Amino acid sequence: MSQPIKLGCHGIWKVYGDNSEVFFDREESPQSRRERIVRGGHIPAACDVSFEVEKGEIFVIMGLSGSGKSTVVRCLSRLIEPSAGQVLLDGENLLEKSKAELIEIRRHRLGMVFQHFGLLPHQTVLENVAFPLRVQGLNLSDREARARKMIELVGLEGREANYPRELSGGQQQRVGIARSLAVDPEIWLLDEPFSALDPLIRRQMQDEFLRLQKLLHKTIIFITHDFLEALKLADRIAIMKDGWVVQIGAPAELVSHPANDYVAEFTRDVPRLKIITAGEVLKTCESKSEPKEFRSNTTIPSNSTLENLLPDLAGSAQGLTVVGADDQVLGKITMHDVINTLANSMEK
Amino acid sequence: MKHGFSRQIPPALLVWILAGLVSGVSIFYRTELPWLVNYPEAWVLPVIEWANTGMDWFVENFRWFFRSISWLLSWAMSGALAVLVWLPWAAAIVLFMGVALIAGGWSLAVFTVAALMYMVVIGYWEESMRTLALVSVSVPLSVIVGFGMGVAALRSRRTNRIVQPALDLMQTVPTFAYLVPILLLFGFGPVVGLIASSIYACPPMVRNTMLALSRVPEEVVESGKMSGATERQLFWWVRFPTALPTIMIGVNQATMAALSMVIIAAIIGSSADIGWEVLSTMRRANFGESLLAGIVIALIAMVLDRITRAFATRDSRKRKYLSGVSNLQTLVGTLFVTAFFIIAAQLYPELNDYPDDWVFYPAGYLNDIVAFVTVEFSGILEAIKNGFLFFLLLPLRIGLENTIRPFTWGFTLTPVISGGYAVMTMLLAAFLGVRYSWRVSVGILLVCSILFFGFEHSPWPMIIILIVVLAWQVVGLWIGILTLSGLGFMLVTGVWVPAMRSLYLCLAAVLCSFLIGCLLGILASQNNRLSGILRPIIDTLQTMPLFVLLIPVLMFFQVGEFTAFLAIIAYAIVPAIRYTEHGLRHVDPEVVEAARSMGCTERQLLWEVRLPLAIPEIMLGLNQTIMFALAMLVIAALVGTRGLGQSIYIALSKADFGLGLVAGLSMALIAIIADRVLHAYSRRQRQALGLQ
Ligand SMILES: Nc1ncnc2c1ncn2[C@@H]1O[C@H](COP(=O)(O)OP(=O)(O)O)[C@@H](O)[C@H]1O
Ligand SMILES: [Mg+2]
Repeated sequence: MSQPIKLGCHGIWKVYGDNSEVFFDREESPQSRRERIVRGGHIPAACDVSFEVEKGEIFVIMGLSGSGKSTVVRCLSRLIEPSAGQVLLDGENLLEKSKAELIEIRRHRLGMVFQHFGLLPHQTVLENVAFPLRVQGLNLSDREARARKMIELVGLEGREANYPRELSGGQQQRVGIARSLAVDPEIWLLDEPFSALDPLIRRQMQDEFLRLQKLLHKTIIFITHDFLEALKLADRIAIMKDGWVVQIGAPAELVSHPANDYVAEFTRDVPRLKIITAGEVLKTCESKSEPKEFRSNTTIPSNSTLENLLPDLAGSAQGLTVVGADDQVLGKITMHDVINTLANSMEK
Repeated sequence: MKHGFSRQIPPALLVWILAGLVSGVSIFYRTELPWLVNYPEAWVLPVIEWANTGMDWFVENFRWFFRSISWLLSWAMSGALAVLVWLPWAAAIVLFMGVALIAGGWSLAVFTVAALMYMVVIGYWEESMRTLALVSVSVPLSVIVGFGMGVAALRSRRTNRIVQPALDLMQTVPTFAYLVPILLLFGFGPVVGLIASSIYACPPMVRNTMLALSRVPEEVVESGKMSGATERQLFWWVRFPTALPTIMIGVNQATMAALSMVIIAAIIGSSADIGWEVLSTMRRANFGESLLAGIVIALIAMVLDRITRAFATRDSRKRKYLSGVSNLQTLVGTLFVTAFFIIAAQLYPELNDYPDDWVFYPAGYLNDIVAFVTVEFSGILEAIKNGFLFFLLLPLRIGLENTIRPFTWGFTLTPVISGGYAVMTMLLAAFLGVRYSWRVSVGILLVCSILFFGFEHSPWPMIIILIVVLAWQVVGLWIGILTLSGLGFMLVTGVWVPAMRSLYLCLAAVLCSFLIGCLLGILASQNNRLSGILRPIIDTLQTMPLFVLLIPVLMFFQVGEFTAFLAIIAYAIVPAIRYTEHGLRHVDPEVVEAARSMGCTERQLLWEVRLPLAIPEIMLGLNQTIMFALAMLVIAALVGTRGLGQSIYIALSKADFGLGLVAGLSMALIAIIADRVLHAYSRRQRQALGLQ
């Protein structure tokens, strides 16, 4: 991936409690700073959080409840003022913006979806979706036209005149999504958008979300506490624990090379076949690969998952040839390699 | 920790023994040292005089300020009055009907018209409009001020810290007590009622505004911020409309408070409104007339309550009552018809002033009926009255030792009988102490000694130490200290005797209303039909301005303590029923299902499961019962109770600010202490049960 960095945050800290500035009066290691904060009776909700998100990327922050995800995503839009650190939007530091500038940025460049939808109960679906435009002072007909388009996009045509309480949870969240997209933002923040929904609806909404992203190519920060959801949606995942970012990586990377036991614990129940790719197998069993020889055998792209390549593998006793993006041969994998990789990933 | 065979006396018991000793000693010496019973005049701190001096100075220096406010408001009021009195009754009814239609639909509109027609036909139209004029000025005033204060209090934590206790105090100070300083500052005239009612109506508005705004979900606010709303947009487009339903409940409560204060303010007799009509007829013992006027008040209360509540709960844009007609169209139509009637009234004066000979005023019949009943059933009525007086009220007030006479109980209280009583009490306490726990025997001793000596005739050191230790042991040290300072205040400011009279009457009434209320609540929780019958009755009782409840009791039992007792019960029973039923019905359904699946009968379910789990809620009901009783207690001074209510009443008639302040504060202190004790108890019970 070689897209430019859209959003970056560097060394973000958030300490809840009065007078939290005192903890940032000197240089010290993040560990000892956190200790000092805890000793002072304050709550370190985000500790030295740094990551960068490329344009068009889906960046998922995953962690158990209370790990600081909501805090971090709110720091990005300054709904919560970080105690220290930098938030760079297209290279400009958001934390130095004045109130008026911040309002402008929120009006045009950021959109957010909330866990419990955050809809205005006294407004209809149409008015809710048009709200961000109304705030900007757009006239009625323009904003309603735009809102109708958004409602159509999320598949809620016909419910424009309903009030939020008359909709199901899934429908309400569609309204939330339509509203957050109404101003066509560059950055799309979603804080556990599907966590309040039933499992079946949740799966539907995830697919819907992927469909929208294919259409819109937003830069996305997506929060979830569900590791499988993270795996399904993410280009990259950051795992959080107690305010720290424990590991950042692509889904397959996390599964095959968890940074510590905490991450490994999450990966334990993940169906390996859906995650591990042919490329992974090659990497794990590198020493035994003998390129070029098996050119005539069935070839498969390196990013296909085991789930997809198993039928082919079963049909060819010698193994499969793995090719890269530009069709050059990367290596060969056999049933034995696959079993080895799987066993390997189980141990971790 | 329980040590089965430990000889050690638990420290709590030690405290009680000490308290018992002090009580015993003060009882023993009470004849030799009369100051133990009658707190000497000479020891009274002249707080009342100080307060009066301070107030005199204040009035002297700031009268111009308050008088100018009063002048301003009197203009607003005369305006409202002029409009409402000038408006032909037919036109006014159409107008109110339209508002009711928009607020709550046809049924409410029909009810409103019926209520207003009653006022017209009975001949109390103008009086009613005078009352409404006062309410219609004071409600907007307190809604605006209360809303502003609520918003300001939420903005800063410091204001909040001042506002909360101030609200607590304002809601517990009895209504009458408000009138005294207002009278002094603003002078006589209908404006006093107006100002008193606006002040009195403020706290519920402030409280609901704060509650409503602080309950707006954080995510909704954040969604507004992320849309790029400015502070102002955030408030008026996000926070305020989201909070509006709860704020409207504040408007509803403020309206009811304002109405009750307007009615009460009739006592200073400055406006010929419906409250004054009730009061003056009541004073002349024209009960038929006062009942007819009282019904008007009740109807006004119900109409205002239903309309404002309908505005709070309705689903504004969704509901349409006439198919295809919007609210706006209804409004325009209403105004149109109103205008039509105004014009028509110029041609047909009957529509303007309801002709006297069309009036139907059955006061005479009512009086005849009452006279008939009181004569025919005088035996029964007397028996009921004396039963309660001799066996409950008097013993509590002056003690069995002063109540038991041949004339009352049928025998003389000889030393032998007293000794027998003491021995029986001791034996009972000892038995219960061994059988259950020493706490039960302490309770028995407490009750029996209070019953024997009475609140009014017990030495004050005994009363103080027993109540303080009770509060301390049941809830905690801080409440104990609060109780001590409260009782100490009543003692040293010289209102001890009236305070004890109030306390005893309140206690007796609370006891009865709580027992009966719980019983009804339990029955209602088991029986949907009974619940359906009770609900409208208690709803009506609760919205009723307190005055009105006195009338029916007065009709049959004349002026006196027993009448006050019944009136208090009639009002204070409401929360007892409501909380008990609610608590019993809303026990965690899973627990109920679990109990059922284990084969509990309905009866076991009630006694073993629902009741224990509902205790915290029932305790809150008891708390409310006490608050309601205290509110009514003050009003009951009108029918001749002696106590703090009477002191406030006297203060009002003599414009004695100091006395009003001290008596009002004492009343508020009793309320606050009872409230804190019961809340703490309920909270602890809730925690023990793992609820919440
Ligand atoms: N306003 C606040 N004041 C104090 N502590 C807070 C506040 N908001 C969150 N926290 C604490 O910060 C930690 C992280 O919270 P949050 O970011 O909401 O976690 P997550 O979204 O991952 O569940 C939690 O321990 C939470 O209790
Ligand atoms: Mg969260």
